[in-house]
Amino acid sequence: MTEQANGSHHPQPRTRGAAPAAAAPAERMTGAQSLIRSLEAVGADTVFGIPGGAILPAYDPLMDSAKVRHVLVRHEQGAGHAATGYAQATGKVGVCMATSGPGATNLVTPIADAHMDSVPIVAITGQVSSKAIGTDAFQEADICGITMPITKHNFLVTDADDIPRTIAEAFHIAATGRPGPVLVDIAKDAMQNETTFVWPPQQDLPGYRPVTKPHAKQIREAARLINEAKRPVLYVGGGVMKARATGELRILAELTGAPVTTTLMALGSFPDSHPQHVGMPGMHGDVAAVTALQKADLIVALGARFDDRVTGRLDTFAPHAKVVHADIDPAEISKNRVADVPIVGDAREVLADLIVAVQADHDAGRKGDYTGWWEHLNFWRNTYPLGYDLPADGSLSPQQVIERIGQLAPEGTLFAAGVGQHQMWAAQFIKYEKPATWFNSGGAGTMGYAVPAAMGAKAGSPDSTVWAIDGDGCFQMTNQELVTCALNNIPIKVAIINNGALGMVRQWQNLFYGERFSNTVLHDGAEHVPGSTQGVGSIRNRGTRVPDFVKLSEAMGCVGLRCETPDELDAVIAKANSINDRPVVVDFIVHEDAMVWPMVAAGTSNDEIMAARDVRPDFSDELDD
Amino acid sequence: MSKHTLSVLVENKPGVLARITALFSRRGFNIDSLAVGTTEHPEISRITIVVNVLDELPLEQVTKQLNKLVNVLKIVELDPASAVQRELVLVKVRADNDSRSQITEIVQLFRAKTVDVSPEAVTIEATGGADKLEAMLKMLEPFGIKELVQSGTIAVGRGARSITDRSLRALDRSA
Repeated sequence: MTEQANGSHHPQPRTRGAAPAAAAPAERMTGAQSLIRSLEAVGADTVFGIPGGAILPAYDPLMDSAKVRHVLVRHEQGAGHAATGYAQATGKVGVCMATSGPGATNLVTPIADAHMDSVPIVAITGQVSSKAIGTDAFQEADICGITMPITKHNFLVTDADDIPRTIAEAFHIAATGRPGPVLVDIAKDAMQNETTFVWPPQQDLPGYRPVTKPHAKQIREAARLINEAKRPVLYVGGGVMKARATGELRILAELTGAPVTTTLMALGSFPDSHPQHVGMPGMHGDVAAVTALQKADLIVALGARFDDRVTGRLDTFAPHAKVVHADIDPAEISKNRVADVPIVGDAREVLADLIVAVQADHDAGRKGDYTGWWEHLNFWRNTYPLGYDLPADGSLSPQQVIERIGQLAPEGTLFAAGVGQHQMWAAQFIKYEKPATWFNSGGAGTMGYAVPAAMGAKAGSPDSTVWAIDGDGCFQMTNQELVTCALNNIPIKVAIINNGALGMVRQWQNLFYGERFSNTVLHDGAEHVPGSTQGVGSIRNRGTRVPDFVKLSEAMGCVGLRCETPDELDAVIAKANSINDRPVVVDFIVHEDAMVWPMVAAGTSNDEIMAARDVRPDFSDELDD
Repeated sequence: MSKHTLSVLVENKPGVLARITALFSRRGFNIDSLAVGTTEHPEISRITIVVNVLDELPLEQVTKQLNKLVNVLKIVELDPASAVQRELVLVKVRADNDSRSQITEIVQLFRAKTVDVSPEAVTIEATGGADKLEAMLKMLEPFGIKELVQSGTIAVGRGARSITDRSLRALDRSA
């Protein structure tokens, strides 16, 4: 998904399911066969899953499908995150499949994750026979009830005749409006019974009508505010990426000359290298971006939701700013921050209309002058750039490892991160120039996301290099999917940023819990590190050694590499980049005391941002009017 | 806190009520009363919800979040000034030969009905707005209320217009 305004070559999921292929004649078959035929018809080419009792009927015709590739994962959570990674890399709907009971409940975390990050996936689960539902039958779980709060919608299918329509509706709901996960739970007897397959089925969703076309009056009002503002900021969220509106975003940004900040979910939607890009906002955002929002007199929020990690303490967030809030989900508008100009619509249509309206104002001689604003922005940018210190003991700096991986990565590399310090450093120190090149668990903060999501991204985009930036804590949660990668020719690359600790939690303990490191140490506590070439005897440089990640990776059919010193860093990364026939795992043993800066401590105001430990930026208060 | 009456038209399908009540609990909205029933159209159910919210913004969130549910067809807030709102109570009051006539008098004052009589108690059926029913229960309390059952509020807008018309057209289109 590298779309720009001109020439998107990607299939548009908006129409998927809603406008299926030409009608085929009715055919008699089992419900399971009609399920597979439906998946083929909606264009699902890859399914991640594990069979089991209740879903068994579906796996039989799946074996014969020439259009649907099934990737047998090692844990259902891997299937769910893989579907998410696939969806984020391709822009299509990701699909995962599991059996009833524990198979289905293992999907709960990735479904919740996709829900928080508005990722279109369809989860198909087997259910016990319709007559056994409600009897506490073997491997029965009320997965519709369980996933009700974490899906965009879900279905329980007990009649074989309903399968094609339900699959069409599920894909349509997942991909349109604000995207999200949809679960289809199918009773075993519905899959076994005979039915007639008809495609396209008649959809029946009278209550589902997402608004995509923005209101013209609101657009004009937004354009007026943009041109009248002295200190505007374009606050860009994941919605712009999902709407494939990054080309339009760039046009609007350059037309107005306003600064752009892209959230964690929107990295790459506006080139990091663009002179108008002031960085990422939020808890670990750039000082310039956080301060731009705080001092702004106008925030134009595009597909963003004023998440607490962005706003800090809400009642002190951007106290001088009027807010234009455009989102496809009306419930996001004025949920956290009241909008002065609410715009409900698809980000692409909103931006396209805004460009016209702003241009019309310019033509009428009304154009904002942000010269003074840029002087401040540039001052903050130049005074408080992102940076890090190299460890004095000569050990590896985690930030440097991640920065070099980014710099040495081939053109078009996709990055997936776990959750924690390495995720923030990957957001900060890898430069994202194109949309859909960065995937992470933003809203849910799901540790263990990286490996399976990278697997899904690579399966969907096999020609791209895919790097998973993971932590030693995260890696131990989902690394089993490397077996799946090794056996299914999905050669991802994994960087374990191994600091021997649950680093982000450790950082909070360091800062807020008096350096009492309760249960955040992952290594064995030994002073000596067998096999280490550097830092022998040093407690500063050891990392997690149990398990031995190199041996573990080799055991799972991957190439395992280790890097412990800065002088071997580039060579090891180059070697990892050169291996493309198998998954590669690199165990980077890094300094354990590195911290993520800047930081807005949880529950405090963005005004309290710390550029580094004990370094609070000095803002002139002249803008506080 | 202020109370608002929402009429929610939903598809008459299994599990829809659970979706709505679960949404209220997970978003931290307070339900004051809830009443569910079928409508003149068998494929549409109508849920009347009285919500208790701090001000206008949380109410806006309630309706927006409800609207996101795929099975929800339409939400209308019914303004008490332009709608008829009714609740039903069944109340069993202790009554003997001395008090029965006084209770009957109260029943008549509130245009309620006595629906069951026994030597020790009478059961009264009353309908009306929440204020009227509250006043009646206050009058009956001294006699001793043995059992009280109340329905949720149901409400309908005054005048000839119907809120189901357009939703039904949407159903027709999709069918």
